[in-house]
Amino acid sequence: MNFTLKIWRQKNVAAKGELIAYDVSGISPDSSFFEMLDTLNQKLIMTGGDPVAFDHDCREGICGTCSLYINGRPHGPVKGVTTCQLHMRSFVDGDTIHIEPWRAKAFPIIRDLVVDRSALDKIIQAGGYVSVNTGGVPDANTIPIPKEKSEAAMDAAACIGCGACVAACSNAAAMLFIGAKVSHLALLPQGRVEASKRVQKMVACVDTLGFGNCSNTYACEAECPKGISVVNIARMNREFIGAKLFSEKEKVVKVSF
Amino acid sequence: MTRLNARIPEGPVASKWSDYKSSCKLVNPSNKRKLDIIVVGTGLAGASAAASLGELGYKVKVFCYQDSPRRAHSIAAQGGINAAKNYPNDGDSAFRLFYDTIKGGDYRAREANVYRLAQVSNQIIDLCVAQGVPFAREYGGLLANRSFGGAQVSRTFYARGQTGQQLLLGAYSALSRQIALGNVTLFNRRDVLDTVLVDGKARGIITRNLVTGDIERHAAHAVVLASGGYGNVFFLSTNAMGSNVTPAWSAYKKGAMFANPCFTQIHPTCIPVHGDTQSKLTLMSESLRNDGRIWVPLKKKDVEKLRTQSIKPSDIPEEDRDYYLERRYPAFGNLVPRDVASRAAKERCDAGFGVGSTGVAVYLDFADAIKRKGHDTIDALYGNLFQMYEQIVAENPYETPMMIYPAVHYTMGGLWVDYELMTTIPGLFAIGECNFSDHGANRLGASALMQGLADGYFVLPYTIGNYLAAEIHTPRFDTGASEFTIAAQGVTDRLKKMKESAGKESVDSFHRRLGKIMWEYCGMARNDAGLTEALYQITELRHEYARGVRIPGGFDEYNPELEKACRVADFIELGELMVRDAQQRKESCGGHFREEYQTSEGEALRNDERFASVSAWEYKGREVAASLNREDLQFNEIKLSQRSYK
Ligand SMILES: Cc1cc2nc3c(=O)[nH]c(=O)nc-3n(C[C@H](O)[C@H](O)[C@H](O)COP(=O)(O)OP(=O)(O)OC[C@H]3O[C@@H](n4cnc5c(N)ncnc54)[C@H](O)[C@@H]3O)c2cc1C
Ligand code: SF4
Ligand code: FES
Repeated sequence: MNFTLKIWRQKNVAAKGELIAYDVSGISPDSSFFEMLDTLNQKLIMTGGDPVAFDHDCREGICGTCSLYINGRPHGPVKGVTTCQLHMRSFVDGDTIHIEPWRAKAFPIIRDLVVDRSALDKIIQAGGYVSVNTGGVPDANTIPIPKEKSEAAMDAAACIGCGACVAACSNAAAMLFIGAKVSHLALLPQGRVEASKRVQKMVACVDTLGFGNCSNTYACEAECPKGISVVNIARMNREFIGAKLFSEKEKVVKVSF
Repeated sequence: MTRLNARIPEGPVASKWSDYKSSCKLVNPSNKRKLDIIVVGTGLAGASAAASLGELGYKVKVFCYQDSPRRAHSIAAQGGINAAKNYPNDGDSAFRLFYDTIKGGDYRAREANVYRLAQVSNQIIDLCVAQGVPFAREYGGLLANRSFGGAQVSRTFYARGQTGQQLLLGAYSALSRQIALGNVTLFNRRDVLDTVLVDGKARGIITRNLVTGDIERHAAHAVVLASGGYGNVFFLSTNAMGSNVTPAWSAYKKGAMFANPCFTQIHPTCIPVHGDTQSKLTLMSESLRNDGRIWVPLKKKDVEKLRTQSIKPSDIPEEDRDYYLERRYPAFGNLVPRDVASRAAKERCDAGFGVGSTGVAVYLDFADAIKRKGHDTIDALYGNLFQMYEQIVAENPYETPMMIYPAVHYTMGGLWVDYELMTTIPGLFAIGECNFSDHGANRLGASALMQGLADGYFVLPYTIGNYLAAEIHTPRFDTGASEFTIAAQGVTDRLKKMKESAGKESVDSFHRRLGKIMWEYCGMARNDAGLTEALYQITELRHEYARGVRIPGGFDEYNPELEKACRVADFIELGELMVRDAQQRKESCGGHFREEYQTSEGEALRNDERFASVSAWEYKGREVAASLNREDLQFNEIKLSQRSYK
């Protein structure tokens, strides 16, 4: 198969970027999208050019390292898969393919298609955990958890932290990502203990990192490669409102003492 | 040759660890704050260690090459994690888990370490549940278990097909909490390129900032390597693209011995290679062998017809199929251990019975299971794996058998460590897949996750204290010291030299060539002549690489080619050591199959008299052959016998 690629090239965060066209030929339909880019890079290296930088690692859809805006869609045209799981048979021979980085204020460009997503780590650091230390925990079967609850927690925990939801959102909001973590932990008795503190801390943190606000367009859910549902955003909103009310009541109680 | 001493505590195997814990030296909390620890790696081993050490009050610096610690390759583990909980009441115990691990490793692992691993396995599950890891549960709300890799008990805990992901996210959350508390500092997008020794002790590392290209120095009272396995020496493997041996290799060159490098695991159920541009291989979980039947055609003419696509696999009648595992191993059938299943597939393909367009694949067929259990049951068990397969291969496993072939998956070899997980360099520890310790010559399914977390959460936090107790008067280090300057200069010079070579061939091209040599001569079957040939070819490749690699881009910028260039240089050197190791181990055991040493039925033939030992290699210099040392393995609890799965 043959393709024309229009790829965003940008030397570093300060430099100006532009779309540059490249041709690739002789690509097997069984090649993955990245194997196609590997082929382009090998050609560029051999002809004295500058290979295209892109983020990738596991190449099997689980580490969340890969990104790419392909023909205007995060992770490309196939629903429910990451860029690294795309195969060239999903494209038509002779296609022109536009390849751009995630675009969001919170994700500055490092080079070409590589962006800095450490803001997502910062959100987790703000409260995306259960505060237990190694050692001194009860036997794993002490608290039974209804299967449905634990399955729902697992659905939310399947988020790979890729940031496609942010890239897909016209406001660059991170609500699906936070909603997934808040839900995962709030659904489990182990995470319930700190649930209200957690949601407040995570939401407060996100406001400082340059992400936008949610206006319920649900583009995030449509583009999430792991099928994380917007139900998680609703659950987070409930948790958040509940937590606010609760903390105000707490204050009132304190005053009356 | 030195006989290495693993410093195993005295006493009965079952009480060694508790005795050790109650007698090892402790560091008091106010002193912990004055002690710095470097942890290289944020996989299960590194993240769990860094979080636990931070909780204890040490000042920790943790490093990874990815943009986020959550992306370490542990994330990709699918099947599950073992523990001796005996929740299903099917007779499991620490002793049984210990026994199975030693036997599965073909009697080439150290009893005391493996016993400890089995003992702490239960604590891991308790901790993970407390962290919020959503393990699979039964309708009654208690944890579910499954049998894995042919074990006779159900001791594997799992979270759908994403166990590694969920365990890593648990460790990552604990790590994130310590980062927020200021006990741990994270250095992401850093390439660890050298280990720094001061007065013979490990005192720091040299890193390259992958974004800016800066060469940085970091000092600490102790260094912990948790940098994962080296399967990418084969180029094609199930490892992540960035998995590498460099941190461990730099330690080796500074004096840490490298143990059993030739012990690599080839996993039987992976998606076969599709062509020359293939960049990595994808694992299909071992659990598929619980219901899938493996076969190839019995007749060559059917092989031909399949290749030309004039017939479909389902056209071949039952009597013309060779279910070779069921034929050769009636007792275990399709559930024989990984090494045995892999070799049997290779044997059939080498004999010309392989299927698919390349002839290097065998069928994994679910037709019987679907008939017996129904489509829905099979879908509930393996639906996500079938989907993944279809996504990659564009064939529907409900309708036509999967095609699979073995692929490099795990490396049992690694840095030699003693009972305390310390390498032969004082103050340098190695945990997780990057050490050699617990899996002997073959790892059982679901035990790498267990080992990584055991090392990081429950073993290292004690043993490193025993070392650091003597360091409380050592002040923080100045990275301006000459040892750091020399090491940093060494790294800079090495990068410069590589870039100057101005050759014609890309790093990847060399890497592929190395992989081909390793797979051909040091893969599933090895023999003396082949290994000699490999040694010659690798040496040639090393010289060619020095002269002929082309690295575009600059030093002071994000430059993935430069990153890969160091890794491949180290892989080439490692490949040479693996071949030497395979050559000197004149026996077959576990994943190491020497064709000269097999039974009349083609099974691995161990030589316990000469090789019931660990081979530990010591670096002697660039153009000098490494020297070989041994640690003798004592088996007091378990009687050595030939593994039989017939
Ligand atoms: C596809 C797959 C499936 C598996 N399934 C299972 C399973 O079901 N059960 C099981 O028990 N085991 C399984 N395994 C094995 C298991 O996942 C690994 O052995 C284990 O996770 C290794 O953990 P680790 O912490 O030692 O290393 P890793 O998770 O590989 O982490 C290595 C860390 O070191 C860092 N690092 C490496 N090099 C450098 C460098 N040069 N500079 C800076 N940092 C560096 C990386 O950034 C990373 O953080 C599987 C493995 C694979 C590949
Ligand atoms: S919610 Fe989906 S799109 Fe967003 S980070 Fe998680 S996996 Fe990626
Ligand atoms: S590279 Fe890991 S998810 Fe795509």
